[in-house]
Order: sequence, then structure tokens, then C-alpha cells
Amino acid sequence: MAAAEFDIPKLKDDIEIPKLREGVMAHAKTFPAAKAVQDFMGYPHELGEDWKERAIDKMGELLGKYRSMKVFLDACVHCGACTDKCHYYLGTSDPKNMPVARQDLMRQVYRRYFTTAGKLFPKLVGAKDLTKDILNDWYSYYYQCSECRRCSVFCPYGIDTAEITMAGREILNHVGMGQKYSNEILSKVHKIGNNLGLPGPALEDTLEGLEEDIEADTGVAVKLPLDVKGVEVLLVTPSADFFSEPHVESLIGYAKVFHAAGISWTLSTHASEAGNFGLFNGNYESMRKVAMRIRDAALELGVKRIVVGECGHAWRVAYSFWNTLTGIGYGGDDPFSIEMQKQLDPTYPQPQHICELTNDLIKSGKIKVDPSLNDDLVVTFHDSCNVARASRMGTEPGGQFIIPRELIKSVVNNFHDMADETIGESTFCCGGGGGLLTDDLMEVRVKGAMPRATALNNVVKEHQVNFMAMICAICKAQFTKVLPKYGFNMSMVGGVHQLVSKAIKLD
Amino acid sequence: MGLSTVTMIYAGMFYIAALVLVVGLVYKIVDYSRTPVPLKIPTTPAPTTRSGVIYRMAKEVVVFESLFKANKWIWVFGWLFHFGLLLVLARHLRYFTEPVWFWVGIVQPFGKYASIMMVIGMAGLLARRFLVDRVRYISTPSDYLMLVLLIAIGLSGMLMTFVVHTDIVALKAFFLGLMYLDVQPLPQDLTLLVHLALVALLMVIFPISKLLHAPGLFFSPTRNQVDNPREHRHIAAWAARLDQKN
Repeated sequence: MAAAEFDIPKLKDDIEIPKLREGVMAHAKTFPAAKAVQDFMGYPHELGEDWKERAIDKMGELLGKYRSMKVFLDACVHCGACTDKCHYYLGTSDPKNMPVARQDLMRQVYRRYFTTAGKLFPKLVGAKDLTKDILNDWYSYYYQCSECRRCSVFCPYGIDTAEITMAGREILNHVGMGQKYSNEILSKVHKIGNNLGLPGPALEDTLEGLEEDIEADTGVAVKLPLDVKGVEVLLVTPSADFFSEPHVESLIGYAKVFHAAGISWTLSTHASEAGNFGLFNGNYESMRKVAMRIRDAALELGVKRIVVGECGHAWRVAYSFWNTLTGIGYGGDDPFSIEMQKQLDPTYPQPQHICELTNDLIKSGKIKVDPSLNDDLVVTFHDSCNVARASRMGTEPGGQFIIPRELIKSVVNNFHDMADETIGESTFCCGGGGGLLTDDLMEVRVKGAMPRATALNNVVKEHQVNFMAMICAICKAQFTKVLPKYGFNMSMVGGVHQLVSKAIKLD
Repeated sequence: MGLSTVTMIYAGMFYIAALVLVVGLVYKIVDYSRTPVPLKIPTTPAPTTRSGVIYRMAKEVVVFESLFKANKWIWVFGWLFHFGLLLVLARHLRYFTEPVWFWVGIVQPFGKYASIMMVIGMAGLLARRFLVDRVRYISTPSDYLMLVLLIAIGLSGMLMTFVVHTDIVALKAFFLGLMYLDVQPLPQDLTLLVHLALVALLMVIFPISKLLHAPGLFFSPTRNQVDNPREHRHIAAWAARLDQKN
């Protein structure tokens, strides 16, 4: 498992645009999925004789199903607007990590097989036959993209490299080149119900232990109910919240919020995972299958509200896709979605983000907080990419930036934002999203975190910031691992509800 | 008096080019509009209403909002080029209309000088392809040639506007003749013939090249979708079939 040695970028005052260094990250290859995993997912585990036909057929199928892919592959004019926007390019200086170059890895093949110009004049328009070398490039560079969509903010046509990366990975899956990390996680969630493969009894034990800890700490019997029918809220949260640090501190925070507000709630063993790695692979059916566990649990438990914990890509799937995939939402006029929607309480948004819920409770005075309990902290907030650029909170555009900050400022007294061009819609990914949170991609992860680490370093120097709050399980896991390589203490990293947990008044 | 061979060749060339342009674009637009969009993927923050989306798109089309956020150099050159081209094209309408529309008369003097904006913009974009290492890396031969083609069209046009005038009355008769299927003689000076041949080439290239960014922008889901997934169920036909299996 020992990864190759690599240089850790030096943090400078500004995020500098590096000169190109061709091929410097070509060696980064995530571990391939083994036969058993690929079998379970319904993919081949090695290149067959007909790999090229399979790849081109799959590309054609996806082009017919996704307008985004067709328009994005046609529309790019190679203007260069995106070339300095990807954190992986900024951190590695490998030109194939420039968004347009990453897209071109697929666009060259698309042009050759699907466009008139590419069939007639391949050299002129940069069209190429699909070869094993190109396939290897895809495997390298489609796993050096965290699908964070930062490039899509700056593209004059809104081209979203994430859509191309997802399609690239799906084609790779279908020729037998799956990724160990993502596909193992998907098989765990399909078999057991969560990404960590934590079975029901283990989950029950963990929750009981947490209840004891909270009571010992606060003297209040705050409960973490599991599989309770007929309660108001089903909380769906990333499984990392159940035992990873600092994630679990936020789980404790959610429990205290429900307790203080007197809202009956439950977790579910069947839907013990908010994360949905189906998103990362561009496979609608796989993403839907994972999401359906939440619908099934909600119907089974008869809950009236569905609330989602701190997880970036989960919130993208929940907010943007659950209504489509599972009918959790409003406005459905078909039997499938009506069955779900008639059960849900129409006075609340469905699904609702835990930050929306907590912020409303604090603003309406239904729960009380004392921000001075966090006076040891000087806090900044890291906007997670999927929340920032692929979802919303509240009723207004941009609520996903306002609500978490309002919430933080109500529970802490010292808050400073990082530089404008590194937050909000321009936020930099943590470097570990989109299926890259695996040790075999450590070099990519560390280098990709350089822009965020630089922005953090500046507020640390200027405002003595000592805590970076966030609402994403992947961000938390990534930063606790890679920020120490830049000289930061891992205790600087934590959830927004970790701050709520400290400031909330119980009873 | 019979028509010259050159007139016949150019008449044929423009009929074919116009046909390729129209059929090609219609084919692409129909293809884009028939391809499903299974998921809500607007780049957020995004408008929550249809009118908000129209405003967002208008800002993209008119002032290149996203490009402005991205890079001021590309924005300046790109906008000079496109806005100049728009004025130049508007000015050219007088060769296709009789009587000339009122507003086309008004834009004439602006359109004349807009050609300078247009060529400066394109020269800037071309220079970036050579000078900026990142842009050089992603440029294909067609990226350079496309700019060279447009610059050549611009310069040959400017040559006729400012230096060696062509018989514009006869030229207008030629194009009106093409439109009414009554071909008239084409003035045969070299600058004009080069200008027109390059324009016809551009028309043919349009529907099979990156010039599809023009219709493509309107079909871009990250820009044209309303951000209301919790309130409205968005579902593609192929995806709805999965619901029935449950």
C-alpha cells in the first residue's frame, strides 16, 4: 500500500497559476476494482477482445441519454477560461488536469466516432481513434477530478467537466476498468445499507455508546433513536458520522438539536447512509438504487419529514435528485411519487438540510444557544463544492452560502471568511471529493488541497483562525488527513453542528 | 447577355452553403432538443423561476457574464469580436433588403467601424493561442485556422469598405437575385471574390464545428435549468420507466 514519495507544495501568499509540466501526474492510478466487486456491480473485470466496441457503444448510449454530454462535447471553443480554475491543475501543474484538457480526453474520441469533421479531418480538429493509451489516460485523469463543478461556473457555455468525468468513469466501468474504492463502497451500500459496511447491531451499539457519552458529558439523556416508527423526522446522514472523528461530534449536535426542540426523530439501519457514490460514476440506475433505500425506509417508518446531515455530495443528490429518483419532494403527479409525497408534511421543505432546520429553530427561538461557549475558537467556513455549486438551502438562490454562515455566527462570536475568490460559488474543493478519498490517490489529494490550504493559511495569519467549519463528511475526512501535511493541526477541522453542539442549551 | 462562369459558380456555392448551414443547424438543434435531460444540474446559485433563467441567459449571451468572472483578457477580446461581428452582420443586412430597413440604416456607420473592433478582438484571441502556454496546449489546428479564416473575412471586407470599393449596387443585385431565384451578374474583383468564398466556407463549417457553441449555449442544462427540484418533480421519459418497475 505504500504510495510513492512526492513533494508537498509550499504554501505561498497567493494561489499561483503554475507553468505546464506535461505528464507529471500520469503515474497517478487509483487501484482497480477486483473481479468480485465488478461482478457484483454487473461490470466486466478486464478488457475483453471487444473493449473498443463496448466503449464506443456505451459512449453512444450516454450521448443519447444525456443532453449535457452532447452539448458540452460540441460547444467548447478552447477559449481557455477554465484552464486555471481546477484545484488539481493548480496543485499539480499537469496540463491534463486543466478542465478543458480533461474534457478533450473524451472529446477527441467523440469527434472521431460521432462527428462529421472528426471522421473526415481528424488531424485538423484533434480527433483520435480510441486506443489503450487513451483509455489509460482516462483512468488516470478521470480519477483526478473531484466533479466539484468549479470550472462550470467560469465556462461561458456552462460546460461542466463533472458530467464528462462521470461519463468517462461509466465507460471505463463497462470495459472492465472500475475503481476499487468507489465500486467497493457501492457494493457495501447495496448489501448492508451504508458505505462503511456497518451492520445494524454495530450501529445500535455505537448509538447507545454515544447516548452514554452525551449523558456523562451534559447530564441530559439525549437519545439517538434507531428504526423507530411513526416519528416526525427521519435523519439520513453520512455513515462516517457514526464513528469517524470529527464527524461524530456533528451527529451529537444533531441529536441535541432534536432533543432541545422536542422533535421526535429516528435514524434507520436500512437507510444508514446519506452518501451516494452512484453520483460519481454517471450511472443513473446505480444512483437511483442507492437513493431508493431512503424512500423505502421513509415509507416503512411512516415519517413526515426527511432531514439530511452534513454531507456535500449527499446533499446534492438529496436536494437536486431525490425528487427525480425517488419522489421525495413535491409536485409529482404520478402514482410512484404521490405514494411518497402524500406522507410528507407540506409545511417543511422535503428533503431539508440539517442547517436549514437548526437555523430556523434558533431564529424562531425554539432552541437557545450561548455563543460564548465557543469563545476559544476563531472560525472560518469552507463551502463544500456540491453544496455550493449543485444545490441550495432556503428559498433564495445563494441560501447555501447564507444559511450555514448565519448558523455559525449564531453559535460563535469570532468568524472570518476566507478570500472571496475561494468561497461561495468559487469555493475550492477539499481535494478528496468525487470518489478520490482513498489512500491510493494521496498525492492527488494532497496537491489538490493546495488552493484551500493557501486560503486557510491566509486567514490563520491574518485573523488567528483556529477552526475551519464545514458541512461535508468527505471534506472532514480529507482535511484531517491532508492539512497536517501543510502544517495545520487536524483539530482545526470540524462540522458546523460540532459548534452547535457546544453552544446549545439543553432543557 | 449570358452570366459568366464565375457568377454561376458563386451562385451555386451560396445556394449549397446556405443549404448546409440551415439543414445542419436545424438537424443539430432538433437533436439537442430531443436528447433527454434526466437530472436537474443547474450550476448554482441559479434562478428559481423561468423569468430568472431568461435573465441569466440574457446576461450570458449579451455580456458573457461567466467569461467575465473567468478571465478579463479573453472577455475583452471575445466581446469585442462578437459585438463587432454583430454590428457588421447588421450592417450587411442592407445587401439583402430592399427597401433597407430603418434600423439597418442607422447602424451603417457603426457597423463600418465595428469591423475594426472585430478584427482586434480576433487578433487578441489568436495571440493568446500563441502566447499563453495553457491555451497553446489545448489549441488544435482548427482553432488557429478558424480565427485565421474569420480574420481574413474581416480584413477582406474592411479592404472593400475603406480602400478598394467594389460595385456594391451590382453586388446587392446579385444577392437579391439569389433570394428571388433570378441570378444577376456578380462584380468580379478579386477582394470581393475572396471575401465571399471565405464566407461560404464559414457557412459550411458552422454546423460541424465548435461554432455550435452558439446554439449550444441555449441548450446548456447548467445555465438554462430552473433551480426548483424540491418543488417540481423533474423526470425524463426513459427514467420514468424505472418508476413503474417498483
